[in-house]
Amino acid sequence: MLKYITRRILFLLPILIGVSFIVFTLLYLTPGDPARMVLGDQATEEAVREFRDKEGLNDPFLVQYGRYVYKAVQGDIGRSYMTRLPVAREIMNAFPYTVKLALFSMLIAIVLGIPFGIISAIKQYSLFDSVMMIFAMVGLSMPVFWLGILLILFFSVHLRWLPSSGFNTIAAMILPSVTLAAQSIAIVTRMTRSSMLEVVRQDYIRTVRAKGQKESVVIWRHALGNALIPVVTVVGLQFGNLLGGAVLTESIFSIPGVGRLMVDAIKMRDYPLVQGGVLFIAVAFSLVNLLVDLLYAWLDPRIKAQYR
Amino acid sequence: MSEQINKQPGQSMHGIGAVFARLRRSPLAMLGLAAVIALVLIAVFADYIAPYGYAAQDLMSAFEPPSANHWFGTDEFGRDLFSRIIYGSRISLQVGFIAVGIAVFAGGFLGAVSGYYGGRLDNLIMRGMDILLSIPSILLAIAIAASLGPGLFNLMIAVGISSTPNYARIVRGSVLSIRNQEFVEAAKAVGSSDLRIILKHIIPNCMAPIIVQSTLGVAIAILTAAGLSFIGLGIQPPVPEWGAMLSGGREYIRDYAYMTIFPGLAIMISILALNFLGDGLRDALDPKLKQ
Repeated sequence: MLKYITRRILFLLPILIGVSFIVFTLLYLTPGDPARMVLGDQATEEAVREFRDKEGLNDPFLVQYGRYVYKAVQGDIGRSYMTRLPVAREIMNAFPYTVKLALFSMLIAIVLGIPFGIISAIKQYSLFDSVMMIFAMVGLSMPVFWLGILLILFFSVHLRWLPSSGFNTIAAMILPSVTLAAQSIAIVTRMTRSSMLEVVRQDYIRTVRAKGQKESVVIWRHALGNALIPVVTVVGLQFGNLLGGAVLTESIFSIPGVGRLMVDAIKMRDYPLVQGGVLFIAVAFSLVNLLVDLLYAWLDPRIKAQYR
Repeated sequence: MSEQINKQPGQSMHGIGAVFARLRRSPLAMLGLAAVIALVLIAVFADYIAPYGYAAQDLMSAFEPPSANHWFGTDEFGRDLFSRIIYGSRISLQVGFIAVGIAVFAGGFLGAVSGYYGGRLDNLIMRGMDILLSIPSILLAIAIAASLGPGLFNLMIAVGISSTPNYARIVRGSVLSIRNQEFVEAAKAVGSSDLRIILKHIIPNCMAPIIVQSTLGVAIAILTAAGLSFIGLGIQPPVPEWGAMLSGGREYIRDYAYMTIFPGLAIMISILALNFLGDGLRDALDPKLKQ
């Protein structure tokens, strides 16, 4: 097991090199001169040239990339062109917002999705099941940014119950979290339902029923444990998607998280910030995936056996 | 990690007729199919359906709420929103289908080569895909869209590339499961070339998961494209893209909410239809799952 974890963590290294190379290439190809964007239209040619020299923007591509990696290995991922603050600090300031948003959404998705899925499966083809499945489909099909706007329209503009922006009070956290959670609720509900349906058809459940066990014990004690294994994977994958999906949610609700930082940085051609942000999200994403795999092995001894 | 769920055994389709017969038993899938066909027809005949041009401005009738003249109202330039949404279906369908086409072609090629030859090449390709998968796809699409610059074609490429790794994984999984079956060995024994075996024997036998994934993929592509346009990295005005229209209407949300409601509704109905169809297709193509 330990060997497996070490291997997975070591595999992060090539991922980081690959991600940084891809992002570096994309940024290199991006039209628009960062010096112009930072200094503004009024800046003199001389100032622009000086900026490009100082930031090493005139060097060949590989030299620039090599220098970035060399510094990054030493823990220096540069400073933002716009604010002149270290990129690492910019990201650390924004990250708590994104994590909080993703965690709250995940929590909502689990708390609602799993029970909905179980009830739908137990009462397959009932009215509740049909309504839930259609709701889940609508949830899957709803553009995040549209849902956010509709919620603002109804709860902030119309009813004036909840604020339409910010993320510092509990009230302000409700709308963004629900917006981001909608799709995950739908996915978790559908996964729980289908996994539950598959499990209750297995022989061991028939055995439990045959010995006369109460239906509630059959479902909650015997079926649920096995039914939740694939749900864990989906929840884990969702967490990664939530980190990404936060980009749109954060821009709708003006939350100063990593997603909005990224979008602003891309628009302003703030290369070090984009580079650092994408790397950071890739690491977070990979670590969450590793965690999910470990949880998976812990829940399912059959898989644990493979990792030896 | 998702291999456990994605790995589906290669199934043959047992005839399009049989699949359609099974598809017809699901009312939601038929509803989805009907809506998708309607959407395609709207896009093709937009010139005849739309009462106004998509860029026709009429400043005298700006910000008119929905009425008999303007079914969905007008925007800040007095453009008819109904007409713009009708024309917008062209953009969304184009982006959806072409982006998925790019992803299926690139991902299918990489996945097939990877699964068929195995070994070092497989390792190299799939690790590359892992790297792409470690960036959330919307973020990858944003980065690609930013580096290519705005525009319809660039948007398609950005969305297409960002979903390529998923198709590569699915195709590789299917190829692995049929690579060693007797009919492939038989084809090798009679001296077929690798290319012929891949194209004639392996690809047709892993079509089912590809078809299902592409139907759902078109929905995801339309959503991603609308999202990119929403944050200003996709299609630029005056092209009537639904996401961009939504983003434009956002400024006037307090007084003219209909400007954001209708484009969003158009996106949602299209996605819903594709999702219903995709779900139905999955059940119809893989009868084992539905008992």
